[in-house]
Amino acid sequence: MKRVYMDHAGTTPVRREVLEAMLPYFTERFGNASTIYFYGREAKSAIEEAREKVAHLIGADPREVFFTAGGTESDNWAIRGIAHANKEKGKHIITSSIEHHAVLHTCEDLEKEGFKVTYLPVDKYGLVKVEDVMNAITDETILVTIMHANNEIGTIEPIAEIGKALKMLDRKIYFHTDAVQTVGKIPVNVDELGVDLLSISAHKIYGPKGVGALYIRKGTKIKPFMTGGAQENKRRAGTENVPGIVGFGKAAELAEKELMEQYEKLSYLRDKLIKGIMERIPHVILNGHPTQRLPHNVNVCFKYIEGESLLLNLDMKGICASSGSACTSGSLEPSHVLLAIGLPHEIAHGSLRLTLGRDNTEEDVDYVLEVLPGIVEKLRSMSPLFPSKGGN
Amino acid sequence: MYSEKVMEHFTNPRNVGEIPDADGIGEVGNPVCGDLMKIYIKVKDNVIEDIKFKTFGCGAAIATSSMVTEMVKGKTIDEALKVTNKAVADALGGLPPVKMHCSNLAADALHAAIEDYKRKKERKDVAEQK
Ligand SMILES: Cc1ncc(COP(=O)(O)O)c(C=O)c1O
Ligand code: FES
Repeated sequence: MKRVYMDHAGTTPVRREVLEAMLPYFTERFGNASTIYFYGREAKSAIEEAREKVAHLIGADPREVFFTAGGTESDNWAIRGIAHANKEKGKHIITSSIEHHAVLHTCEDLEKEGFKVTYLPVDKYGLVKVEDVMNAITDETILVTIMHANNEIGTIEPIAEIGKALKMLDRKIYFHTDAVQTVGKIPVNVDELGVDLLSISAHKIYGPKGVGALYIRKGTKIKPFMTGGAQENKRRAGTENVPGIVGFGKAAELAEKELMEQYEKLSYLRDKLIKGIMERIPHVILNGHPTQRLPHNVNVCFKYIEGESLLLNLDMKGICASSGSACTSGSLEPSHVLLAIGLPHEIAHGSLRLTLGRDNTEEDVDYVLEVLPGIVEKLRSMSPLFPSKGGN
Repeated sequence: MYSEKVMEHFTNPRNVGEIPDADGIGEVGNPVCGDLMKIYIKVKDNVIEDIKFKTFGCGAAIATSSMVTEMVKGKTIDEALKVTNKAVADALGGLPPVKMHCSNLAADALHAAIEDYKRKKERKDVAEQK
């Protein structure tokens, strides 16, 4: 059967070049980077080379890049680490209501410890307003954490503007951004964004799962997340995942080299997909910002139908996608992002996210456009909400 | 995640549609995730002659709707009232734990349709007596 993978915001396959770079570090180059003999030095220099590549991709100094076990750990570390190291200066954190759960649940956890958290609303496109951030600041505020782009609806947030506004203050408030969805997709530069901390994950850029990094600007006061050995400049203990880090480095290098070419290709396919869906299917809503969005993200709601049954039908045709429907979430709650942009529960139910990747072709897009209308029509014909011809 | 039987009913759902002159209509919403199911029945001599459904919900909700209609078509009202949520789930070879609530929808909608039929019938009988 033809298979079309369109869930690249969920994860990506490890690229062959990345796998090849990793393989020797499982076997013949197995050293522990903390040791002084040959194998240890070999592992250490591989890690440092990867660090340079990741740093280069985000315009940072390699000494400001710390490897972690993924985007979730990076978010946890940034938020808890800043909160705990700066709590005598204040206990207030500002974030948005559409962050990834790695940020939201971490903030909720800190609330239980006595921190105060402001969850900023977003507009109907999912945009956070710079004024809202500035108005939320109190004498107690120590951290602002706003994602660079949203993983569900693809909206790109005004991070550089927020960074600039925060710099105008006469007091230091740390600024973190979860850039898991933007790194490797659009240009990301820590100085242009004006951030002090930035989270990255390797498996979204054709690297391995369970590896990521946290950028920490020089001079930032932050607690280590893991305590133990002296790895990562004493900031993140634990024997390094050398093959994973090497793979991450290779993925970062390739992502940087191919960024513009991929951006062009993906945004062309994205626009074709959005236009095709809108033309072929009635009662559709595009979620997220029409232009200020990730090049590979399509997110729509089909009224009167439910997302899981849509995904099952697509899967039967070989198409892999995702949905923010309550029925697809373990918690049976609809996506908090779709609710935050003002969609009613029953419309959020019919959401579909298609996220493109480097292996997708124009034929893949045509195939989805060929299959999708029939599936939507079939489900609508079964829906008690769909207005039938005679009126109902 | 779903059993073969669930997928089979989901792929080829039985008795989808509406009955314009239904004798009873049952509509229930799912308080857990916000789904909706509507069942229409046509009753003759106390037997469910025809039954149709429309469902706005997940794969499990569609499969259980289909299953319940198949289980009670041609059965008497009393037999149909004995069909439980669990019986529907069992007939489908079980449902994932997180999806058990979806089977409630089907049996509840069926029972609501039967209630509606009984109410309407009572009213008609009273009217005829007058
Ligand atoms: C915006 C965002 N933040 C954080 C994460 C978590 O990253 P990881 O899967 O590496 O833990 C993801 C991906 O799931 C994401 O999309
Ligand atoms: S109908 Fe929502 S989970 Fe089944």
